Amino acid sequence: MNRIEETFASLKSADRKALVPYIMAGDPDLETTAALVVELDRRGADLVELGVPFSDPIADGPTIQRAALRALDQGTTLRDVVDTVGSIRERSEIPIVLMTYYNPVLAYGIGDFSRDAAGAGVDGLIVPDLPPEEGAELSVACRRHGLTVVFLVAPTSTTDRIELVNRHTTGFVYCVSLTGVTGARGKLADGVDEFMAQVRSHTDRPLGLGFGISSPEQANEASRLADGVIVGSAIINVMEEHAGKPDLLRLVGEYVASLRAAIDRTGIDGKTPAAAPG
Amino acid sequence: MTATALPDERGHFGVFGGRYVPETLMTALDELLEVYEAAKRDPAFEDEFRYYLGDYVGRPSPLYYAERLTETLGGARIYLKREDLNHTGAHKINNTIGQILLTRRMKKPRVIAETGAGQHGVATATVAARFGLECDVYMGTEDMERQALNVFRMRLMGSRCIGVDAGSRTLKDALNEALRDWATNVRHTHYIIGSVAGPHPFPMMVRDFQSVIGREAREQILEKEGRLPDALVACVGGGSNAIGLFHPFLDDDVRLVGVEGAGHGLDTGLHAATLGLGTPGVLHGAMSYTGQDANGQIQVAHSISAGLDYPGVGPEHSYLKDSGRAEYVSVTDDEALEAFELLSRVEGIIPALESAHAIGHIARIAPEMDRDRVIVLGLSGRGDKDVQQVYGFMDQERMEH
Repeated sequence: MNRIEETFASLKSADRKALVPYIMAGDPDLETTAALVVELDRRGADLVELGVPFSDPIADGPTIQRAALRALDQGTTLRDVVDTVGSIRERSEIPIVLMTYYNPVLAYGIGDFSRDAAGAGVDGLIVPDLPPEEGAELSVACRRHGLTVVFLVAPTSTTDRIELVNRHTTGFVYCVSLTGVTGARGKLADGVDEFMAQVRSHTDRPLGLGFGISSPEQANEASRLADGVIVGSAIINVMEEHAGKPDLLRLVGEYVASLRAAIDRTGIDGKTPAAAPG
Repeated sequence: MTATALPDERGHFGVFGGRYVPETLMTALDELLEVYEAAKRDPAFEDEFRYYLGDYVGRPSPLYYAERLTETLGGARIYLKREDLNHTGAHKINNTIGQILLTRRMKKPRVIAETGAGQHGVATATVAARFGLECDVYMGTEDMERQALNVFRMRLMGSRCIGVDAGSRTLKDALNEALRDWATNVRHTHYIIGSVAGPHPFPMMVRDFQSVIGREAREQILEKEGRLPDALVACVGGGSNAIGLFHPFLDDDVRLVGVEGAGHGLDTGLHAATLGLGTPGVLHGAMSYTGQDANGQIQVAHSISAGLDYPGVGPEHSYLKDSGRAEYVSVTDDEALEAFELLSRVEGIIPALESAHAIGHIARIAPEMDRDRVIVLGLSGRGDKDVQQVYGFMDQERMEH
């Protein structure tokens, strides 16, 4: 069992839900990224999704596009991100999943990348433009090095596709909460509870819910439906708001702590996770 | 397997092609493939497609013997496949007719498109107007400046033209934004991709719709010359007019030459020679040659022609390059401008800047060929849209000299 699976298993036995913050590696610079991961760990994150910047991020809305541009302007490469994870490992054992588009991995070389990433302490990968149909080569290489490859399901996925993803994903199933791209939204998508119930009926794996979750209240709602709550653009919005401030780490940390507190309200109340809020 | 039988059932041309898209779009691609396969088996669809290509687009387009161009270059006999004479002035409408008919079969009320030069945007706005569908076209703001008249044409026909200010503000970024729109509105929107690029089934489907160019050219040249041509030459951005011309000749002993935009020159870094200098990678849903740096970031292309200004290319071209069946060369901005003037002066035909690249290459090879040799050139579009831009360049040159 790798660190991601262990984390979900131990949370489950404690009847708790995972908080999975997403930040863009290299935004505003890699040193801050490393410090942020340590801060997220300290503030109650269970797993960190580390974005790898790409020039053409077709699954991302404007917030993450801007973060990617800032990281690319710093010259951030996939190689740099892998090295940064290595340096984070001196200070934190939190599971780290890289969210990267496929092309930077291809350019690095699938074999070299999976070896280096595992060596540096990366635990898994999410590749939003790689469906299971095209994922065999990456999955085989990652399995060899003990990395999980997380595949995604969406509200448009048919039953057949949910089963396909369930067969190929490792670590957890990434559930895209809405039909669209990443980015903060005013509320959780309509029908997300039916969607999650449908996914749940086809898999025993942990479910992570992401895309559009943008406030502690929404994180609380999401935690009732999923085993892990993924928050990206909302955190990057906080970073943009406080860009350049000396206490950026503390401000982002406080926001993440507020997400943690909101998610834990479910567990403390002892409400059944399946009950969707009215 | 012969090249004509490709792609395989998952959309692969050898290692190229496939589907590299967010999960949200996978079901829509399955649906599109299913509807397209059913349409192909339905004679009523073929009749409908032919009807609109005939009475609305004006097909077949002539295969014109360019006598004075031939005399001027002093070598091979040159024929022009006149896609510039189609309704809306380019080959793009062959594909948009096909896809709008499929959109109706899918009962989707809205279409979106990306456009570079504006030709595909206009061709999509045209069929959306004809069939009464809502239409939004994404266009880089840099291209909107270069092709302001095409922006007006789209609006005139009731479409919205949405400026994309991200990245290089050209075709690549328009495609990104259209894909994001599609992922958001996929339940009621069809994305009419304008080239043989993107995820399966687009490269196959767009090729099939554009193959009318090559099928007609084949019949026409047999009628006029009593034999097949020695070479076909066409410009390649995404590569839809080239693949449409080439595909019906794949199993024949005919040289296939694709011409990319060399921009300021291949050694300047400012070019659009994706097949010439790129490497295999994944962009916009397919594995294909891509203009990218060593870290897998997509580079900004450069060409005087907005339609060639793209760091990707259709996966079938990548396959044809690697298999050696087709060859790919490039022509600079300056050479294309010379060719633009040449064809205008000796034939009274003002070509699109995209097509002028193909003419630029013909100007190199025709004089080297014997007079009994025959070349067919894909004249993919007319140059009206480019006249103002070329006027600007020439004016500038005069000021500098």
